[in-house]
Amino acid sequence: MERNQLRRQVRLMRQSLFDQGFLDEQFVQLEELQDDANPNFVEEVATLYYRDSSRSLQILEQALQRNPRDFNKLDNYMQQFKGSSSSIGAKKVKADCQQFREYCNAGNAEGWQGKLGQSRHHVDPSNQESHQQPESSLD
Amino acid sequence: MHLSNGMGSMSTASSSGTWKSGDVVSDQFPAGLRVLVVDDDPTCLMILERMLRTCLYEVTKCNRAESALSLLRENKNGYDIVISDVHMPDMDGFKLLEQVGLEMDLPVIMMSADDGKSVVMKGVTHGACDYLIKPVRIEALKNIWQHVVRKKKNERKDVEQSGSVEEGDRQQKPSEDADYSSSANEGSWKNSKRRKDEEEETDERDDSSTLKKPRVVWSVELHQQFVGAVNQLGIDKAVPKKILELMNVPGLTRENVASHLQKYRLYLRRLSGVSQHQNNLSNPFMSPQEASFGAMSSLNGLDLQTLAVTGQLPAQSLATLQAAGLGRSTGKSGIPMPLVDQRNLFSFENPKQQHMSSSKPMNLLHGVPTTMEAKQLANLHQSAQTLGAANMQVNAHGVQNSSLLMPVPQSQPRGQILNESSGNHVPRHSSSVGQPIISNGMGNGVLGRNGIVDSGRGVGYNPVHQNSSMLNYPLNNSSQLPGNNFTLGSTPVMSSLASKGAFPEDVTSDIKRSSGFMPSYDMFNELQQPKSNEWDLQNVGLTFDVSQHTHSIHGSLDPSVLVHQGFSSSQRGGQSRNPSIVGKTMFSVGEGSHFGNMQNTGHHLNGRIVDNTVRIKAETVPDATSQTSFFHEQYGQDDLMSALLKQQDGLGPAETEFDFDGYSLDNIPV
Repeated sequence: MERNQLRRQVRLMRQSLFDQGFLDEQFVQLEELQDDANPNFVEEVATLYYRDSSRSLQILEQALQRNPRDFNKLDNYMQQFKGSSSSIGAKKVKADCQQFREYCNAGNAEGWQGKLGQSRHHVDPSNQESHQQPESSLD
Repeated sequence: MHLSNGMGSMSTASSSGTWKSGDVVSDQFPAGLRVLVVDDDPTCLMILERMLRTCLYEVTKCNRAESALSLLRENKNGYDIVISDVHMPDMDGFKLLEQVGLEMDLPVIMMSADDGKSVVMKGVTHGACDYLIKPVRIEALKNIWQHVVRKKKNERKDVEQSGSVEEGDRQQKPSEDADYSSSANEGSWKNSKRRKDEEEETDERDDSSTLKKPRVVWSVELHQQFVGAVNQLGIDKAVPKKILELMNVPGLTRENVASHLQKYRLYLRRLSGVSQHQNNLSNPFMSPQEASFGAMSSLNGLDLQTLAVTGQLPAQSLATLQAAGLGRSTGKSGIPMPLVDQRNLFSFENPKQQHMSSSKPMNLLHGVPTTMEAKQLANLHQSAQTLGAANMQVNAHGVQNSSLLMPVPQSQPRGQILNESSGNHVPRHSSSVGQPIISNGMGNGVLGRNGIVDSGRGVGYNPVHQNSSMLNYPLNNSSQLPGNNFTLGSTPVMSSLASKGAFPEDVTSDIKRSSGFMPSYDMFNELQQPKSNEWDLQNVGLTFDVSQHTHSIHGSLDPSVLVHQGFSSSQRGGQSRNPSIVGKTMFSVGEGSHFGNMQNTGHHLNGRIVDNTVRIKAETVPDATSQTSFFHEQYGQDDLMSALLKQQDGLGPAETEFDFDGYSLDNIPV
């Protein structure tokens, strides 16, 4: 009973993530990669991503603080971040990254700041972790 | 991670020697393909690994480029394909790509979240066999094995071709061969290929389980040995087996030599600026030529010309060679490119885009003509023979020589061509040297018309544009030229040359090499015979100032451009074609009494004499300075001679002197 409920919850949550645009097709691909031989693949990848992305965001923030701002470097960092975000299917984050890069190109630092904050929110673990855990707990 | 559990067993099973190089592919293929993934992003790395394992490939992860390189080096045959990210902190992905290509010659796939056109283009130019955009989907990875197969296939084909192609080569025009690597060749080599396949398969495989045979790194020394062996045998006769024997390097297989020879040939072709294949083979050959040229002053001119014409060796090299040969500095032409450079150029590793080298050759010619004239002429005669030899050398080097040799004076139709040339400078060869040589108008096809009037520009006489068209042009009119028939057709030229006695073999060989560069040779010979002396001088005069027309002598003579430019450029480019200016290229540049121009060009010709024959039609070559070598095709040798002589006087009123419409290289300032 509870199990079913939980499952349903997870399903809904997952769906909402997709609906809200946090996740995209790529995530589905990752899910497909998971199988019996690799049951926790998605979880592992997500964990890795969170760790990695928080580090990236930190670096980005630091780089933004620095004056004068090295937009090239920022661009590179952002490129990296975008890559991993897109690989995991984090759609919004990826979009943010794209925006960042545009700001970068335009030399718009303020825009950066704003976006950075937004990205943090998008990547927010609570969003996705909660999604992951229920699933794994249901195994 | 447990991921590997399932795959582990599979991978081991599949990796056991399933992948056989060549056609033989194990049933399990592409399973077991050994992939090396390099990416600093751990998330991506993990995802990729998982995906690749799902495709049943054997995966090795690496998060740093340096460690990837060392892994590859330690285990030369351990991987079949490399997938690398573009943006990495320790080393640029493209740099890694280049390294892998050079050292291990493995197919490399680039990937990035960046899908900008410039980045993707960069991947292409650096030699990546594919570019994936992140997020990478598993479907994209499923097909990466095709790159491995393709590479192996091409390799094998190369080997076969170089080996079995030797004979075939002779018969076919270099142009055709030029594209060894292109699939076009496949058809022709099918039979041999098949034969070779069998042999190769057994030979190649050092260990049956590896995909490729151990890679041979062609170090500088090894390459030098190789070149030496090839030179010894003569480029046409250089068969892998013999080369291997001459080199006497333990551990080197015939296949290694064969594929290297293949590349070398392409390189030469490029250098010679044969329009057919313009690979920028640098003119490494030039350097050696210099030495030999010294002796053959006249030859130099010719050689250079030929080379210049043929290809890469655009004027510059020619000029240089000429200068070298003639012993006179290409002062005029200022053959900038020392032959030596060319040498460097030739390294397969080097970006084949060495047009530059070709430009150098231009200079050679360039310089040569001027001074050479007097000497040249005399020398030419003798050198003709030497030239022949020189040519050989040159040839050995590769196409370059041929281009040089064919001093086909690209006298561009002054009026018309010059304009073009000057303007265009043989844009083609951006390789700085404006190697007009190639552009010597011989411009494939273009030559015919205007006259390849090599306005003395460095158009490396190579009327032999790679396209036989070159030959056509002047030859058409060559009625005047007794001997010269500037038959562009390389073959014909050769014969004429042969008859001349001038480097017959060389010429031919050059011509062959230069694929079409014949004409110049022919001219030269013709010239030689009758008035070699004069001609030479004339030619010399024709050596258009290479410097001036450097641009024109671009190594990569654009056929059309070449024609115009060719000559001007060649002249400029240091077409220093020796007096051997086969320049009989008589280009009916124009009618006109451009002699005045001729004279100018003559100056420039610096020894571009080769173009003497080219009658510069009275085109009023506006660009007097450069061209000088309006070789009027029709110009008979006699005319040329007189014209030349006249020119020598000081570029006298060419017009008056020459009856012909074009100017003979009178302008050649001797």
